[in-house]
Amino acid sequence: MSQLRSFCVVTLSLTLAAGAASAQGAVRVGVLHSLTGTMAISEITVANAAQLAIDEINAKGGVLGRTIEVVKEDGASDWPTFATKAEKLLTQDKVAAVFGGWTSASRKAMLPVFEKSGGLLFYPVQFEGNECSPNIIYTGAQPNQQALPALEWALGQGYRKIFLLGSDYVYPRTANLILKKHIAAKKATLSGEEYVALGGTEFSSVINKIKAARPDVIINTLNGDSNVSFFKQYQAAGYSAKTLPVISFSIAEQEAQAIGTGLLNGQYATWNYFQSLPNPANRKFVAAYQKKYGAGAAITDPMAHAYMDVYLWKAAVEKARSFDPKAVRRAIVGISMDSPLGKITVAPNGSLTQAVYTGLSGAGGQFKVVAQSKGVVKPEPYDALAFPGKTCP
Amino acid sequence: MDFTFIAGQLFTGLSVASILLLAALGLALSFGLMRVINMAHGEFLMVGGYLTYLAAQWAGPTLGDGYLWVAFPLAFLGSALLGAVMEFTVIRRLYGRPLDTLLATFGISLILQQAARHLFGSTGVPVTAPTWLSGALTVGDVTLPLVRLFVIALALAVLGGMWWLLNRSRFGMQVRAVNASREMAAALGVNTRALDLLVFALGAGVAGVAGVGLALIAPVNPTVGAAYIVNAFLVVVVGGVGSVLGGAAAAVLLGFVTALAEGFTSVSLAQAALLLLVVAFLQWKPRGLIPTTSRALEDA
Repeated sequence: MSQLRSFCVVTLSLTLAAGAASAQGAVRVGVLHSLTGTMAISEITVANAAQLAIDEINAKGGVLGRTIEVVKEDGASDWPTFATKAEKLLTQDKVAAVFGGWTSASRKAMLPVFEKSGGLLFYPVQFEGNECSPNIIYTGAQPNQQALPALEWALGQGYRKIFLLGSDYVYPRTANLILKKHIAAKKATLSGEEYVALGGTEFSSVINKIKAARPDVIINTLNGDSNVSFFKQYQAAGYSAKTLPVISFSIAEQEAQAIGTGLLNGQYATWNYFQSLPNPANRKFVAAYQKKYGAGAAITDPMAHAYMDVYLWKAAVEKARSFDPKAVRRAIVGISMDSPLGKITVAPNGSLTQAVYTGLSGAGGQFKVVAQSKGVVKPEPYDALAFPGKTCP
Repeated sequence: MDFTFIAGQLFTGLSVASILLLAALGLALSFGLMRVINMAHGEFLMVGGYLTYLAAQWAGPTLGDGYLWVAFPLAFLGSALLGAVMEFTVIRRLYGRPLDTLLATFGISLILQQAARHLFGSTGVPVTAPTWLSGALTVGDVTLPLVRLFVIALALAVLGGMWWLLNRSRFGMQVRAVNASREMAAALGVNTRALDLLVFALGAGVAGVAGVGLALIAPVNPTVGAAYIVNAFLVVVVGGVGSVLGGAAAAVLLGFVTALAEGFTSVSLAQAALLLLVVAFLQWKPRGLIPTTSRALEDA
């Protein structure tokens, strides 16, 4: 008994000593995603991808000789909660950087907090642009890195009559505002535009309008499960990818798995990343992720961005030889790496110069790349046609 | 605005009406007849969807497309059982306290959502309509998808069944008696406790059957109940609380108003227009299309 007790005491004091040592030596970063609520389905895997990168870096000795300690917070799919948790991470935990956010609403809620406290946020998801904070590194696609290339591709295929369908919130409305300007500039035809409430399940009227408008292609910015309803009802009305192709901006491998191959087969998606990309960095990332989170795990564009964001931050810290967010923000411009997305470079506006791929959906929710941008595309936060005269500060 | 488009929108109106009716019929029993504000009603629809998925998993390999005929009884019994358990453990203790039932059933709806997430994952499960429902009828230039026609037929069948049960059966007579005057019915020997349990379970079971139909055209996932609950209450309130036929009339009315508003304006604007119209309508007829007079629980 006394032996056991002394063993316990020794172990405890050793643990405490180790804890104290690592707390001194570790650098804290925040991971802030919705782990509960309606967005959890998308954001948990993005948080996992960031965690994977942090674990890998720690296994190789950390950053500037310090291990990374993760403070994980739950934004709970609630935008004010994102702001509160960001505030907590910056002022209480004093994190060097935060990796997080998905919806534009959550980003806009966090933005003033980061600007006030001088923090640095890495945001991994495609978005509507029209925003350029010096405290946010926007690594997901700007509109000219997803929406416009998709339009170019569709026009290149000979599709001239375009129907815009989206969920009713800021991203689809802004993306379509930009698309409409470019459709007009290219002398193509906008054959209709409809928005359905987030989570909406009824598409009869939309499909009847599509039938009347006879478009060549649908550009789809529906979010989440509305896609399941839409594709079920589109198919029931007799449409298929052959008769009326759909290009989606919010359907990646994970969503494709959930919607089901039977509904989505032969449809298109445009992203900066597909799980099927053959580059070595991606093979390594996919293998490591599936080893940790399950062999069948689908890997998506926002996950690849989140994973790479941690490495970008590490490279910027090492270049600046400092964890100070301001120094890191200065140092990150111009950093270039061979990531799972291919070769990327950080532009002065804090977004990425990255390639754009259009994929054809097939078995198991995977996409086969059928077209890609010529080289990499520079990020343009403000579309010249939709927001003339606006630039990043 | 050619003829084909308008004909298509009229069919849309019928489709929307059938969905509204399916979502609301079970609620017409629990809320309409028993005055239980059941916020977990959407989750009974969800349970019906998940049971359809399970039926496809279990019976699909042997019966193929026949799984659908297994799904209906399975969804009915499964949801009814869940409803019975819920009535017996929670609702029973809260009769006559509508605000408490609202909170309690909202809590139950969250528990059921989380249970679905735990059992089946948060992404939802795929349910594919049988191949014999995958085609479409073409009348002139108007396409009528078979799966939509099936859902319309299902709504009519469930409505007919409920009408018969309430108006032509001994059980229905007792339900109407209790609804009219609980004390008098009890004094005449009706076992009101048992009847409450049965009516609530039946409402849940009907929602389960509706869930099968909805699964054919909409997703099955933990949060799908929320997509229907508001519309279900809308239909019951506009129809007149306590009247099944009023609910049917309201579903048809709201379906066609939605379809026409969506057809002539935009889909996003139509939602707002519909709600405005409902508010105005309830100012004009606060007791709904077909008002019923009763001395039900609220007056007791």
